[in-house]
Amino acid sequence: MIETMAKIRESDHQRLDHLLIADMVEPGSKVLDVGCNDGTLLEMLSTQRQVKGRGIELSQKKVNICVARGLSVIQGDADRDLVDYPADAYDYVILSQTIQATHNPRTVLREMLRVGRHAVVSFPNFGHWRVRGSLFFNGRMPVNESLPYTWYDTPNIHFCTIRDFVDLCDEMKVSVERALAMKNNGEPIKMSHKRLANLLGEQAVFLLKR
Amino acid sequence: MTDQIGQVAHFSIDEPLQLDGGEILAPYDIAYETYGEMNRDRSNVVLICHALTGDQFAAGTHPVSGKPGWWSRMIGPGKPIDTNRFFVICPNVIGSCLGSTGPASIDPGTGKPYGTAFPVITIKDMVNAQARLLDRLGIGDLFSVIGGSMGGMLVLQWASLYPERVFSAAPIATAARHSSQNIAFHEVGRQAIMADPEWCGGDYLSQDRRPGKGLAVARMAAHITYLSEEALQRKFGRNLQDRERITFGFDADFQVESYLRHQGMVFVDRFDANSYLYVTRAMDYFDLAGDAGGQLHKAFCGTHVRFCIVSFTSDWLFPTEESRQIVHALNACAANVSFVEIETDKGHDAFLLDEPEFFSAIAGFLSSAARERGLTAKETDQ
Repeated sequence: MIETMAKIRESDHQRLDHLLIADMVEPGSKVLDVGCNDGTLLEMLSTQRQVKGRGIELSQKKVNICVARGLSVIQGDADRDLVDYPADAYDYVILSQTIQATHNPRTVLREMLRVGRHAVVSFPNFGHWRVRGSLFFNGRMPVNESLPYTWYDTPNIHFCTIRDFVDLCDEMKVSVERALAMKNNGEPIKMSHKRLANLLGEQAVFLLKR
Repeated sequence: MTDQIGQVAHFSIDEPLQLDGGEILAPYDIAYETYGEMNRDRSNVVLICHALTGDQFAAGTHPVSGKPGWWSRMIGPGKPIDTNRFFVICPNVIGSCLGSTGPASIDPGTGKPYGTAFPVITIKDMVNAQARLLDRLGIGDLFSVIGGSMGGMLVLQWASLYPERVFSAAPIATAARHSSQNIAFHEVGRQAIMADPEWCGGDYLSQDRRPGKGLAVARMAAHITYLSEEALQRKFGRNLQDRERITFGFDADFQVESYLRHQGMVFVDRFDANSYLYVTRAMDYFDLAGDAGGQLHKAFCGTHVRFCIVSFTSDWLFPTEESRQIVHALNACAANVSFVEIETDKGHDAFLLDEPEFFSAIAGFLSSAARERGLTAKETDQ
């Protein structure tokens, strides 16, 4: 973890959750990144963790960027396209900063854990004090660096807090293998203090198992 | 003749090709062209599959027309399919008329051109013939098989039939089966040829006649399907051809008419009418899922081939949905697949044209496959 933190400080341009995700993925494993964006995480996982990586991305423009980078990526949708994949096809199915934009997060999660032996989910924590503050003091939906959209044009339709997510995992009888919350400076917070993590963690990363 | 058709491999009467339809083809020739150098362990071979009326001269300069090869934008030194790095081979398909055996070839049994006595061939037959050619040349595995339109069908057939010989495959602007609409267009073309009295029941070569008018109409109809409505509108609109006003007659008043007539006319000079019947038929019969018991993913079960599927937004002949079905099937076998859809208004023809985003996708796909294959650029440096 200290090593990871050092990397985080070195490379501010990398998304913080990427390094935490990379930490959770076994080297050389088979990985499907759902909502892989421009392929930054996939590329990092294949160069640093030697994974066999594939991606699904909604935006065709970003897919084309990924393929030009030499990544195996298709245009697709987390809600619709995971059903095509056979069970146990991957060691890890990753959903990085995407679950809040899915129509049916519960189904997506179930599909992820059918297709993959593990699921890695990272999301912005809606229980973070700044979000609470925005609602409490301003009476407005939060708009900030990590939640940059206004309510009417946001792709994020299913926000949740860390505690909400843990509840969903319990209800689905999904076991949480590892969980990390992270302050906006990248400093991790232990999940053993759930309330504190939910208050101070701006991002959360969960490693799940069926 | 050889300088006009490149290199030719002859397969004798003792090396018959068993065809899908039950018949046997022997002897036969396959004309092909190569670009770049094969490396020591023969691991850098890229097979290019041409489209319906394409030929073996994919890159460089065409020896007859003097024009650039049909995919010279894609293949060459420093191009996406980099001949400094890869050894490229492009054979003319059997059934065609540009050096490989087809209905215009002499039937050794009669001493006359085959005409419609030539056996009906399929995409699988074309692929099997190509496999024989590679055997002859001592080429085992292909680093990549790449092609657009009908060429894409060959690519899919290669990956399905010989997965152990294919490391990567790029089927472009294609489908895993020819659609009803596409069969319909082909039928219009074939009927135009066969309705031409000069076709003579297919025996025109022996009688020294040519069904040029029918073949030209077939090409004109097909050519429309290669373009998009936007491209036609942008290029021609309702512009008049060398005149100020319409003539109230049936001359080519409009530029688009004149353009199509020209396309039909030049095509007749380079393509055999019977070949057009046979090769369009081969495309019509193509149905990879049908051959796999109705489920496309069964055609690719357990495949290790890396795929890059490409479609173009304004291609209504092989629309993106067709490519998507291939992607779904490959996902169902957890295959290694990339899929790009290129935004363009140039229609089906876009795969032959200057589409930078398409080129970078192919270049990226091949570079990463080359890394996986352990092909370094250095190894094949000349």
